[in-house]
Amino acid sequence: MSGILAPFALEFMQRALIVAVIVGALCSTIGTYVVLRKLSFIGDGIAHASFAGIVIAYLRGLDYYVGAGIVAVLTALGIGYVNRRGKVALDTAIGVLFTGAFALGVFLMSRQSHYSVDLEGFLFGNILSVSRGDLLLIAALASIVVFSLVLLYRPLLYTSFDPVVAEASGINVAFVDYALLVLLALTIIISLESVGIVLVAALLVTPAAAAYQLTRRFTRMLVLSGCIGTACSVLGLYLSYYLNAGSGATIVLLVTVVFFVAMAIGRATRYRTE
Amino acid sequence: MDRNCAVRLIDVRVNYGQVLALDGVDLSVDRGQALGIVGPNGSGKSTLLKVVAGLVAPARGVVEVFGRRPRELPAGTIAYVPQVEAVDWSFPASVYDVVAMGRFPKLKTLARFGAPDREAVDRALSALRLDDLRSRHISQLSGGQQQRTFVARAIAQQPDLLLLDEPTTGVDAGTEESLRVLVRELVGGGMPVIMTTHDLDRAPEWFDRLAVVDKRVLATGDPREVLESGAYAGIREHTHVHGHMRT
Repeated sequence: MSGILAPFALEFMQRALIVAVIVGALCSTIGTYVVLRKLSFIGDGIAHASFAGIVIAYLRGLDYYVGAGIVAVLTALGIGYVNRRGKVALDTAIGVLFTGAFALGVFLMSRQSHYSVDLEGFLFGNILSVSRGDLLLIAALASIVVFSLVLLYRPLLYTSFDPVVAEASGINVAFVDYALLVLLALTIIISLESVGIVLVAALLVTPAAAAYQLTRRFTRMLVLSGCIGTACSVLGLYLSYYLNAGSGATIVLLVTVVFFVAMAIGRATRYRTE
Repeated sequence: MDRNCAVRLIDVRVNYGQVLALDGVDLSVDRGQALGIVGPNGSGKSTLLKVVAGLVAPARGVVEVFGRRPRELPAGTIAYVPQVEAVDWSFPASVYDVVAMGRFPKLKTLARFGAPDREAVDRALSALRLDDLRSRHISQLSGGQQQRTFVARAIAQQPDLLLLDEPTTGVDAGTEESLRVLVRELVGGGMPVIMTTHDLDRAPEWFDRLAVVDKRVLATGDPREVLESGAYAGIREHTHVHGHMRT
């Protein structure tokens, strides 16, 4: 038993484990709404756009989380605004906004003759580099997101399924939509350090997509997605330690395998009932 | 102020960009009254319901529901059943789940989904003869069953105003009759109902008043009198001619 738990005797591995649980649970839970509302591309867009914030924060000597956070939330609100008011299709608007913001980040970075910051770490994530201070910040932000998701549970469910009728019945659909985008941006910020910009989208989409293969009820999908995300994060972190591989990539590969298994199970059981 | 008045539209105009959908519409509905709306396709019938529901803002004129603008009403006041439900039928929800959503607008944020809510859902399911289908996933419903599920959701909401957009289109005769009985029961209990329909012949059995709409209100009054006045026959011919002109 002590052999199995050996990696977690190290303090940085303990912190990494806590972050893996938080990030895995949070991404996959909010991911249920991302999948059902077909917002997969948005997660990717917000994550890429926040790269500009990281670079600007670095150049100004600010905290990365503050820089990435401000840009991510602004991008999320911008996407929401274009979607509601603009005459541009949402995927087009996201394509424009996130490539633009990402290019700004690359542009600013390329003008620096030397830089010491670990930018690759933000692209692909390094869960082992999470400090004590980071952990506290992650836990605080995660609490805000979870609390908001609990408060908004019913309006989020109703507006995800039928926004028109929800609005007619007096639910403030615009507020719910914007709130979800801001919560999504916060979730991405929380996840940036551990799984990175490139892989966060997978953690937002794949556990929920796997859960969707296995159940036809919303609450079960939400819980199942959260369980798959958490389990894959923890197991992926553990595997990455022994395989000496990047934690983010290992977690995402694991959750991808789970998705295909879930798809196979889903197909098999559906054929039986039909 | 007429306290019996539920819905009032004064000189309402609605544009979709350059296209005029409604113009100079004056209408009112009292509590305990069913108003039927008839008119050809593209006449603005659905837009009329959307304006009352607060989904579409008028470019001109006044829309009042219980003396207030639709968006200023307490949540749960209006229940709206749209014509073609453009929802994702693969959404993970059973018939019961969808009907239960009707309770959401009036529930306080952290309030439990309690016994009164479950009772309201059960009653709505019974009223629409959906008891046996309550656990069924919504993708496995026929068109008529989908329609009944959405009407049941509106009933479970226990609204103060019910808006129905062609609820009888594509449903079998039995469903249509049970819907009609349900609407008459609700109206008998004091609920105002506005409903669009294509079925002119049965309008007198459904409605207390009938309005013929083609961008404007061409006629309004007792259903039999409106039908006999030939107001609708006039626009039928009109659209018929237009149909030929297009070809």
